[in-house]
Amino acid sequence: MASIADILAEHKGREGPLLPILHDVQKLFGYISEDAMREIASVLNLTRAEVYGVVSFYHDFRKEAEARPVLKLCRAEACKARGVETLVPIADSQSRIKVEAIYCLGLCAVGPSAMVGDTVYARLDSAKFKTLLEAM
Amino acid sequence: MTVRISDDAVAIACGADAVAAAFMAAGVAVERVSSWGMQWLEPLVDIDGVGFGPVSADQVADIINGKASSLGRIADHPFIATQTRLTFARAGKTRPLSLDDYYATEGWLGLAKAREMGAQATIDTVIASGLRGRGGAGFPAGIKWQTVARANGNQKYIVCNADEGDSATFADRMVMEGDPFMLIEGMAIAGFAVGANKGYVYIRSEYPHAIAKMEAAIKLSAHLVAPFVVEVRVGAGAYVCGEETSLLNSLEGKRGEVRAKPPLPALEGLFGKPTIVNNVLTLAAVPWILTHGGDAYAAYGAGRSKGTMPIQIAGNVKHGGLYEVAFGITLGELVNDIGGGTASGRPVRCVQVGGPLGAYLPPAQFHLPLDYEAFAAADALVGHAGITVFDDTVDMAQMARFAMEFCAIESCGKCTPCRLGSTRGVETIDQIIAGKNVEANLALLADLSETMKFGSLCALGGFTPYPVMSAIKHFPEDFR
Repeated sequence: MASIADILAEHKGREGPLLPILHDVQKLFGYISEDAMREIASVLNLTRAEVYGVVSFYHDFRKEAEARPVLKLCRAEACKARGVETLVPIADSQSRIKVEAIYCLGLCAVGPSAMVGDTVYARLDSAKFKTLLEAM
Repeated sequence: MTVRISDDAVAIACGADAVAAAFMAAGVAVERVSSWGMQWLEPLVDIDGVGFGPVSADQVADIINGKASSLGRIADHPFIATQTRLTFARAGKTRPLSLDDYYATEGWLGLAKAREMGAQATIDTVIASGLRGRGGAGFPAGIKWQTVARANGNQKYIVCNADEGDSATFADRMVMEGDPFMLIEGMAIAGFAVGANKGYVYIRSEYPHAIAKMEAAIKLSAHLVAPFVVEVRVGAGAYVCGEETSLLNSLEGKRGEVRAKPPLPALEGLFGKPTIVNNVLTLAAVPWILTHGGDAYAAYGAGRSKGTMPIQIAGNVKHGGLYEVAFGITLGELVNDIGGGTASGRPVRCVQVGGPLGAYLPPAQFHLPLDYEAFAAADALVGHAGITVFDDTVDMAQMARFAMEFCAIESCGKCTPCRLGSTRGVETIDQIIAGKNVEANLALLADLSETMKFGSLCALGGFTPYPVMSAIKHFPEDFR
């Protein structure tokens, strides 16, 4: 799909189409711009406030472009029990990669774990985590 | 020689793809199957039933040449041999997207049985099984189905709650990645029983492998479940959408805010229509129940907790993974005997059962049997049966703070006790950690917890006090 119009045409007939549309728009552009929200609102017959309200509610949706590569690091209880907090200073000591907290990847017996795009990593320790960040 | 290697997310995250590629490069055919659930051994290589693990790609040549030492027969491993696998009967044995494998292992028998006995008899079978909702609330599934069946409306829905956000839980993910047809069959049986022709699986976005497997399995099996139609919907990173009414709002394309109940979703659910919202494990248990009978399922378990529970042993534990067993096993057996204690080798200080909203329990409570009522009586919850093990380096004041912080991050904002209480809770615990007016702040925190517990609309605000107050009760030395 090459444009917002294509995405809207694809999903418009579905029940509750807004989340699938927002996922596809973000996949295409990396974020959901104000212009995109305006166009989506107009086609779905929603107010801009309603669309903005949905975009801002969900942690996955970005309203601005993110220029840096993103790594999602699980900081939920099971990964804390396995030492993820010792990796946080490593993440904080650099700024080239955006390291975001995520709460659970379902890899809770082999943590600390992380996700880059759709690729998952487990059993991270300081050395592996540094290597992973450097390779991004 | 048949080499089997799992392609579930844990195996892949631990390097299974590279191991599989090394076997194939050596001219050995590899079948990618579901995971046995022995996660400390992943990537686990299964050669004609004999296990090797955890395997790295550079060990593959030795395994092929017979120079590597094995774990013995996987099915005889104590972690597997002591389980009662009903829902996870196929785990480790079948290719997730093979209809042939599914047919060969009792696949679609439950749906055929349901169609043969009729809708009401199907509901009666589920009622007789004693199956209770596996998402955490433990509501009798058959009663919910009966309510939806009797509700008026020409459009009804089956919604599968696959927004498995609790830390230490991965059983839903393993069903979707390892045995997706079983979940589809369970949904189709539910649809047949209550007269719903449409089902949605709401899967969290953090599970890309589960999403891909479910979408592929739905396409492959569409003709078998027709006229019932299943569709995957992907969440967007909101923990609260695991709450059923919030999930319904999200499916409708709205903010995932919690709805006040009543009306019950069974009567006015998705788009205002009668809707079954069941957890993955609840629906996944249904094909077995229909195939073998409600009484056969009810023969397992203890008290009013019937059947088996896929327990997830996680965190700082030596032998972590998926352990399905009848209700009634004690916490101590799970943590020490089966889990083998901590991975770090240090003493177990506590466990958290039931995810981020579950209580922290010390070893003094390890006599508790896994049973909805027994846990409730001890101010704890079974929840989705995830167990996180911590060693003696854990700081319980920090864990209590995190419980409040998590609630603040994930609150949908609809009700005040949760929205404001969680942030005030973080601030109060910070004061306690800093040693300021400790006794007065502990009293304030207890009061705040009461308000959140009784004043919140849903379990997020209502249950966050469990980890906080249990940490203070059982580990007071970390707060003073």
